[in-house]
Amino acid sequence: MKIFTLLVSSILVNNFVMSRFLGICPFLGVSKQVETAVGMGAAVTFVMAIASAATYVVQVSILDKFGLGYMQTIVFILIIAALVQLVELFIKKASPTLYQALGVYLPLITTNCAVLGIAILNIQMELSLLESVVHAVGAALGFTLSIVLFAGIRERLALADVPESFQGFPVALITASLMSIAFLGFTGLV
Amino acid sequence: MIGIVKAVVSLSGMGLLFGAGLAVAAKVFAIEEDPRVIEVRAALPGANCGACGFPGCDGLANAIASGNAPVNACPVGGAVSAGKIAAIMGVEAVDTEKQVARIICRGTSCNAFEKFEYVGIQDCKAAALVSGGSKACSYGCLGLGTCVRACQFGAIDIIDGVAVINPEKCTSCGKCVLECPKNVIRMVPYEQKVVVDCNSKDFGKDVKVKCTVGCIGCQICVKACPFGAMEFENNLARINYEKCTNCMICAEKCPTKAIWADFENRKKAFIDVDKCVGCTICKKQCPVNAIEGEVKAKHTILDDKCIGCGACAKKCPKSAIEMR
Repeated sequence: MKIFTLLVSSILVNNFVMSRFLGICPFLGVSKQVETAVGMGAAVTFVMAIASAATYVVQVSILDKFGLGYMQTIVFILIIAALVQLVELFIKKASPTLYQALGVYLPLITTNCAVLGIAILNIQMELSLLESVVHAVGAALGFTLSIVLFAGIRERLALADVPESFQGFPVALITASLMSIAFLGFTGLV
Repeated sequence: MIGIVKAVVSLSGMGLLFGAGLAVAAKVFAIEEDPRVIEVRAALPGANCGACGFPGCDGLANAIASGNAPVNACPVGGAVSAGKIAAIMGVEAVDTEKQVARIICRGTSCNAFEKFEYVGIQDCKAAALVSGGSKACSYGCLGLGTCVRACQFGAIDIIDGVAVINPEKCTSCGKCVLECPKNVIRMVPYEQKVVVDCNSKDFGKDVKVKCTVGCIGCQICVKACPFGAMEFENNLARINYEKCTNCMICAEKCPTKAIWADFENRKKAFIDVDKCVGCTICKKQCPVNAIEGEVKAKHTILDDKCIGCGACAKKCPKSAIEMR
């Protein structure tokens, strides 16, 4: 039951983009087309699931054991960077089509704060390994949900008659804030 | 103290571990890239100018290797790089004639008249917005150097108020052609020795009051051309470079000298007396009757009449005529 609650809460209630404000950079940068947004979401889901498992193991087996908790951030960054590299190599070999589709977004995930965020949040919330991975997948699905919705709106906005001074990013930011308010409606669900 | 050691050791240990892991992974997951891509990339000039229409030289190398672009797609590298790439790709190189950009206007400060004095931003695009620029002729080169700044190869200079392109440095990337607000830059074959250096589509009378070296549309050149290479459209003579033999008759006849010709390198025909069999074919070909001689007798060329068109050399069955 706790796992299900965790999943729903991370997708809707504590949506990474809309209520935690993590991963804003790709949310604004890669949301011009639904297709690329889906690709980015898939890549983030992939990396976040693996990263949360890897960081959990390192946290428990190295950092906690040697009392190096203060090094959490730098160690996690190191792990995530190495992981993304590995994932990139793997995808390039295993599925060139997926590699082509993800393109530049894959290496960009290295600097995605949502990935570091999930790793640190897992530790703070004192979750188990399984719970960490579920939490990460849920958070990443929430990220995907919001970026795809946002991209859909932006695709329509591109054709809309927007006042000149609001064209481009201003109207995108207003849209994002309205979406954020809408996600506020999920508060209290869990 | 021990805390620092622990931190350093564990972090560097992890770093090493990840580094080694990635190195192994790179080997395990190594994929074979098309080696031709790398070779083709090396044969390209590497200016990343985008004249081929692909995103940089890497993009073109990929396209050539995958067969989506011809081997001679790079206009900058020209025949040299096309040849190398053809060798890599194992196909015949189609020899492309080298083209160079040329400013078809010689309205220098002493040739062309000014409408007013322009003191604004020193840029052709800006100047062209002020009632079409300060030159009385609305088709001419404004000479403020927008093309000079566009050229990545330093091939353009402003000489006496008009841009001049050095054909030796020009790589035919076409950047200047796109930048010019007056559309006065054209691509001309490198070997071309005769060019109509005027862009004015005005009527002859109007051209005369605006510029001393403009094409006035008299069509003397059209009538004079023995090869029908001179075309006339929009009050302006144009050379059909396919038909032109660089005989330079048009340039000689042009009353305003709007047609430029490289007279210094004008060729003359020479007959190799040993090879000539006296067939009179060349004599029939010559548009200016510069060849003398009877059947079965050795022919001679009248030097002062020969215009160097090469029509005789092309037809000689014994290859006895040389152009030099």
